[in-house]
Amino acid sequence: MTSTKKDPVIVVLQLTGGNDYMNTIIPYSDPLYYENRPNVGYKMEDIIQVDDHLGMMPSMGPIKELYDQGKVAVIHGIGYPDSPRSHFRSMDIWHTCEPDKVGTEGWAGRLARELDPNKENVLTAINFGHGLPRALAVPGVPVAAIADLGTYGLLTGISDQDQRARALDLFTRMYSPTVGGSFVTDYLRSTGTEAMIGADIVKVAPERYSSNVEYPSSPIAQHLRDIAQVYMADLGTRVFYTQHASFDTHAGEYAAHPALWKDISEGVSAFFEDLKEHNTGENVIMYLFSEFGRRVRDNGSGTDHGAAGVAFAIGDGVTGGMYGEYPSREARDLEQGDLVPNYDFRGAYTTIVEDWFGLDATPLVNGNFEKMSYLK
Amino acid sequence: MSNKEDLALMAHLMRRAGFGVNREELETLVAKGYDAVVEELVDPPAERHGGKAELLLRYYPGCLLPGGNPVMGQANWLYNMVSTDKPLEEKMALFWHHVFATGNSKLDNCDQMLTQIDMFREKGMGNYRELLMELSTNPAMIYWLDNNENHRDAVNENWGRELLELFTMGVSNYTEVDVREASRAFTGWTIQPKLPRQPYGRYPWYFSYREEDHDFGEKTFLGQTGNFNGEDIIDIVVKEPATARFICRHLYNFFVADEPQVPAWTIEPARDEEALDMMCNVFEESGYEIREVLRFMFKSEFFKNARYSKIKSPAEVVASTMKMVGSYQFPDPGLTKVCREPGYMGQDILDPPSVEGWHTGSEWINSGSLLARINFVADSVTKTSQPGMQNIIRHIKTDNVSAPDELLNACLDHMGFLELSDETRAQLSEHAHAGGNLDWSDEAAAATRIGEMMALISATTEYQFA
Repeated sequence: MTSTKKDPVIVVLQLTGGNDYMNTIIPYSDPLYYENRPNVGYKMEDIIQVDDHLGMMPSMGPIKELYDQGKVAVIHGIGYPDSPRSHFRSMDIWHTCEPDKVGTEGWAGRLARELDPNKENVLTAINFGHGLPRALAVPGVPVAAIADLGTYGLLTGISDQDQRARALDLFTRMYSPTVGGSFVTDYLRSTGTEAMIGADIVKVAPERYSSNVEYPSSPIAQHLRDIAQVYMADLGTRVFYTQHASFDTHAGEYAAHPALWKDISEGVSAFFEDLKEHNTGENVIMYLFSEFGRRVRDNGSGTDHGAAGVAFAIGDGVTGGMYGEYPSREARDLEQGDLVPNYDFRGAYTTIVEDWFGLDATPLVNGNFEKMSYLK
Repeated sequence: MSNKEDLALMAHLMRRAGFGVNREELETLVAKGYDAVVEELVDPPAERHGGKAELLLRYYPGCLLPGGNPVMGQANWLYNMVSTDKPLEEKMALFWHHVFATGNSKLDNCDQMLTQIDMFREKGMGNYRELLMELSTNPAMIYWLDNNENHRDAVNENWGRELLELFTMGVSNYTEVDVREASRAFTGWTIQPKLPRQPYGRYPWYFSYREEDHDFGEKTFLGQTGNFNGEDIIDIVVKEPATARFICRHLYNFFVADEPQVPAWTIEPARDEEALDMMCNVFEESGYEIREVLRFMFKSEFFKNARYSKIKSPAEVVASTMKMVGSYQFPDPGLTKVCREPGYMGQDILDPPSVEGWHTGSEWINSGSLLARINFVADSVTKTSQPGMQNIIRHIKTDNVSAPDELLNACLDHMGFLELSDETRAQLSEHAHAGGNLDWSDEAAAATRIGEMMALISATTEYQFA
């Protein structure tokens, strides 16, 4: 452990498609669970029991190990009022913190802007995967998107090094900012410039990295491995973002959902194992969320879009345990057949922004929301 | 020799209504006349062929029924895009794939994905009511949105909701009750039971209407009450003004100029309300004929004036580059590699991120995808031995191009009569001047310089637009 305190870092892992809360953290002592899930429920003996009431689904073994080490906070009943039950809209709301109108700025992008207001580091925020989630999109805030760390770079096909240097030089000049450009052209120019600078810096990460930890071959595990490499190269990245899909288990949930959680659990476990092997990671927390939970009663082979969900925070900086309250499964307490959220997702963001990064969360999450004490 | 303005306008039409054409084709089309070309696009003559399936079968037999191998499915479609003689038909298939976004990640049956795309080819320029009926009975869509799990006693709302939210009216034009009632009306619209995959592999899927699983009870949908079946729901919803606006706005966004993302449509006005109103009128007055809207749109001034006002989608970047450099001509071993490129740029064809499809316009661009776009085109044009590049080089030689600015202009013309900002032009011109005149006494060196100039053009911000 070094004596200087490292800057805090977050890894956001998005569970795209609407993760089934009730089949992730299972209220196994509640007869209503079995009553509502005749077709896509787990038997009590298959559930990994966490306490007298709640358990984890069978493929979450590696997460349970981290939980037992006190590194996993489970945040119950998370969501927001009047869920639209549309992936599109709901993910937008989680990304922009704007439940009532369409937002254009993502909370994690705003966080990156606060962390690096003078845009000194084009790698302050990186998405690992193709494309860019709305959560990271803020006009003028550079965000790198790395699908594969091993092949990242510009005009890599020009093999003659002098010729490539001249081409990159010309590229730099063509993409330098001008006055009076359109919004889109300005956006293209700044993106191109940032891409080139970022590619140049990030190529050291795989060179510096060696590890005995073997990551599984799933896409999410590979992204987490790329994240570990960039993190350990000390390039100043503060916000890492990645996602795994698709949790939209309307049908065939009994096969698909455990497979997804197996990928997540094994990938997350390898990631923290890797950090531990390198004696680092004390400044890293991971935050997992999904755009909504799913309907209480199964539809025969899956579950439809619901409302309240579950989020997780994992890491050395986390005070492990159960936070908040599991929403009631009683029929009279449901709204349109769904669990009613009792904790606003913006509160969980606020906790991260204020207690982990030490910044004022109000302008980032558009208001004041109740925090939870899941961070040390 | 046609005049440059006519060529540039025709290049614009063929970029939008297809995947671009080379210089010879462009000259032929200009000679035919703009309006005549639009007619052939929206109503292709009978002798025109689609993608050359027989060639694909000879070189990539695995592409025809790719089953569990989605990459082969992507190769199939990409080859159709570049080899078809009915470009608008293919472009409309891509359009409907954006709107009715269905993904192989869930289907795990790429044959069914290709069957759906075939249906878009066949019906995509026809009547919208008919298209919605085809869609409601399309096995890939039924499975994608779980209508095979939508039962009389256990309603599954996935298809019913998306039909209203994403395929017809858009959000805020219906209630949760309407979603429920529409879903009830589509109970029993299912696929025949899927046969086990072992031991003979994937079986084709077929639509099946199961009366005993249909909810014949009374339903109230958008203020109307009756014993509605799915067809009645489509009849009601296709006539809604919100549907005309939603579909025409999609067409405008795809073919004319970038609109904000779909979720903002209830809030943000259209980029050109007048154009949208006119398109909606044509749609409604023709009895919901897509072909009529397309014909009107391509002949309109707002379309002709919209050059370079859209960011190219990754599929467009890849297909148009392949056409330009001629890399699709068999035997060519790279098809199953190049078909992954749109995915690297953020558009995995046949596998959109969700039923909402892709966010388009400037959201195609981030530092990763921009690198992938530039790298792909630059790599393609620097391989100057490819037939399309050889053709371009021959043209430039025949035109006696020599001075640096002539070289720059010739390359721009061959890349779709691209227009540059003054700043970009100055930078590229300076670079061209540093290399001196084009020296045809060393043809290989001249070809390399043309390839390099085109690579640098492909790296401009301007080239990201269509």
